[in-house]
Amino acid sequence: MEIPYNVEERQDTGMYNAKLGIWLFLASEVMLFGGLFSAYVFLRMGDITGTFASGSQELNVPLATFNTLVLITSSVTMIMSWVSLKLGDMKKFKMHLGSTLLLAGVFLVVKYFEYSAKFHHGIYPDTSTFFSIYFTLTGLHMIHILGGMVVIFYFLVPGSKMMKTEPERFTNRIETVGLYWHFVDLVWIFLFPVLYLL
Amino acid sequence: MSGHTDTYHEEPFWRKYIFSIDHKVIGIQYGITALVFLLFGFTLMMLMRWQLAYPEQPMPWFGWLFGEEGVMLPEVYNSLGAMHGTIMIFLGVVPLAVGAFGNYFVPLQIGAPDMAFPKLNMSSYWCYLAGGIVMMVGFFVPGGAANSGWTSYPPLSDIATTGQTVWLFGMVLLITSSLLGSVNTITTIVQLRAKGLTWMRLPFFVWTQFITGFLLLLAFPPLEAAGVLQLMDRLAGTSFFLPSGLVVSGELLDVSGGGSPLLWQHLFWFLAHPEVYVLILPAMGIVGEILANNTRKPLWGYKSIVYASSFLGFMSFVVWAHHMFMTGMGSTISAFFQTTTMIISIPSVVILTAMFISLWGGSIRYNTAMLFALGFLPMFGIGGLTGLPLGIAASDIHLHDTYYVIGHFHYVVAPGTIFALFAGIYYWFPKMTGKVLNERLGKIHFWTSMIFINGIFMPMFIQGLAGVSRRLWDGGISYAHATDTFYLNEMMSTSAWLLGLAQIPFIINLIMSLKSGEKANDNHWEATTLEWTDAPSPPLPHRNFEIIPEVHRGPYEYSVPGSDKGFIPQSEA
Repeated sequence: MEIPYNVEERQDTGMYNAKLGIWLFLASEVMLFGGLFSAYVFLRMGDITGTFASGSQELNVPLATFNTLVLITSSVTMIMSWVSLKLGDMKKFKMHLGSTLLLAGVFLVVKYFEYSAKFHHGIYPDTSTFFSIYFTLTGLHMIHILGGMVVIFYFLVPGSKMMKTEPERFTNRIETVGLYWHFVDLVWIFLFPVLYLL
Repeated sequence: MSGHTDTYHEEPFWRKYIFSIDHKVIGIQYGITALVFLLFGFTLMMLMRWQLAYPEQPMPWFGWLFGEEGVMLPEVYNSLGAMHGTIMIFLGVVPLAVGAFGNYFVPLQIGAPDMAFPKLNMSSYWCYLAGGIVMMVGFFVPGGAANSGWTSYPPLSDIATTGQTVWLFGMVLLITSSLLGSVNTITTIVQLRAKGLTWMRLPFFVWTQFITGFLLLLAFPPLEAAGVLQLMDRLAGTSFFLPSGLVVSGELLDVSGGGSPLLWQHLFWFLAHPEVYVLILPAMGIVGEILANNTRKPLWGYKSIVYASSFLGFMSFVVWAHHMFMTGMGSTISAFFQTTTMIISIPSVVILTAMFISLWGGSIRYNTAMLFALGFLPMFGIGGLTGLPLGIAASDIHLHDTYYVIGHFHYVVAPGTIFALFAGIYYWFPKMTGKVLNERLGKIHFWTSMIFINGIFMPMFIQGLAGVSRRLWDGGISYAHATDTFYLNEMMSTSAWLLGLAQIPFIINLIMSLKSGEKANDNHWEATTLEWTDAPSPPLPHRNFEIIPEVHRGPYEYSVPGSDKGFIPQSEA
């Protein structure tokens, strides 16, 4: 038996199931990163030797600014891909979703150069409390980017067949992936000032 | 129901019973796995109780497990203690209350064909099982399983043996499982309620599962964050939880320092206090269903207990630091958390009082399910009331980390929640299997369990008030001022072993009744809720109902004047 409201909205809640599901998932993600940001505040308050202030001086602000712009752009292309689907333009959809995937890749490559520059200077997670939290937070964020890329790749290539059979359901799927992607983007927008600028 | 197989295709064995996406099969998978873990976790405690009753005497039968002399080593005792707590909570009670009962009965009680995300449901079970297996692997790594307590306080846990790393990986899997489960439960309740089933017509059990879902969803991630930080400490050499200048075994630890052990406690208890309500809310839900059904009366004050439960869920997020009065975090913070703790006792009392009043003037049917539900009320009452002195910072100084604490929370969870879960098993077994559990064996199970469980936990209050620390391996022999209370140890341990024996009638009952029990009809207890009135016993695979029901009234319309059956089902127009 089909599960109701898998594709169409339920009238009194105004949502299809997956949309509520992804919002709940994101709520839990907020608590996950919230816990880590609280840890940052807690440790920084007890940081009598000033490793936080001196540590953030060593980070590369121009690269991170570039990465911020990359992620924001990827969020825009994500939205455009969903809009293209709504308009039924499969070609544009693929172009925009492809650009999102590409931009996510650019972000990771830049991050790779940042990390290796740190390792090159002998800076590791155990260098100081600041770098411990820097590597943990950005590492966890990168895992989220990677997870998003796997899902985006799936919908770009093998998963896009669904558009022919169940176009509405496929559009919903892209909307939920988009919500996740914006969240990952938003986490970076918090990480950037907290780690690089403060 | 053979006439309707045309819409339903027979599936191969592995798809039907192993990798099933039917919420009922997944519920039973959760149930069986959780019962096995409960028994295993309890066995660990029965072993520990030998050491407490007869310190340093070789253990009969099982002694070979603990070395040639048969005497349990302190580090083994610590391991068993840490794993007992972890297994009972994360692998036993919560999976049984939420994974088994929630999964099986939420869709049935709201008139849905399945959970909202069946595949997610399946992955949630397999994550749970994988987490459980990883936890078990801990016993076989060098140094044994995690031995820093179920709370895993650093710095001890940061420098503990490999078992702690295994514990952390196990926890990450269990947290993932509960995340998937809670997203599913909440979405199901919001989206898949049958036509006419408004919020105030939901059975109380569904309400408790709904609130529990939010607690699991929002409280577990900070523990995951803490787990990630502790893994970094243990594997990448960071010092999130290690302060500068930490001396271990007379030597300065070579770490960057600058961390704080208190940080772990905050993140841990931010989960672990809501977790207490994750343990108790589904139990209250089950008891509510059974009380209404067996008193043949509506649940007294339905709306008040729904509001009280919601308030309870919200407040459970702002009481966590009452576990930390002794950490030196300051009297201002203590005062805040002491106040919120006193406030949270109000909704608990509202719920318990409403349930007691529900009994008033009822023509009570004393079947086994009802006996366990009735047993829950005073036992949870004792557990709750003994918690008040722990919630007040001043009296907590004396009681902290003594057996009093152990007695308190075991009254809430063991004769409280676990009794409610037993009640649920006796109440819903006919629906799940189509067979009724034997009443005589059930009553033997109830009365023996009731007596022995009190034999274990009541003396703990005495020992705790005398000041016996809960962590001592030698049963407190080094505590000269409390020697007068040590004679209780033997009696408590004997009660624990007898409680183990008291579960044998239950296990026999499950197997015997399944094989040759009395057949149950569709509405065995003459209940009003949808799972009894509109679904066969057991419900149809993959769709539950012949026709999806419509709901026309509240959940507990028992003893309605003028009704011919004495009750009106929710689905009756």
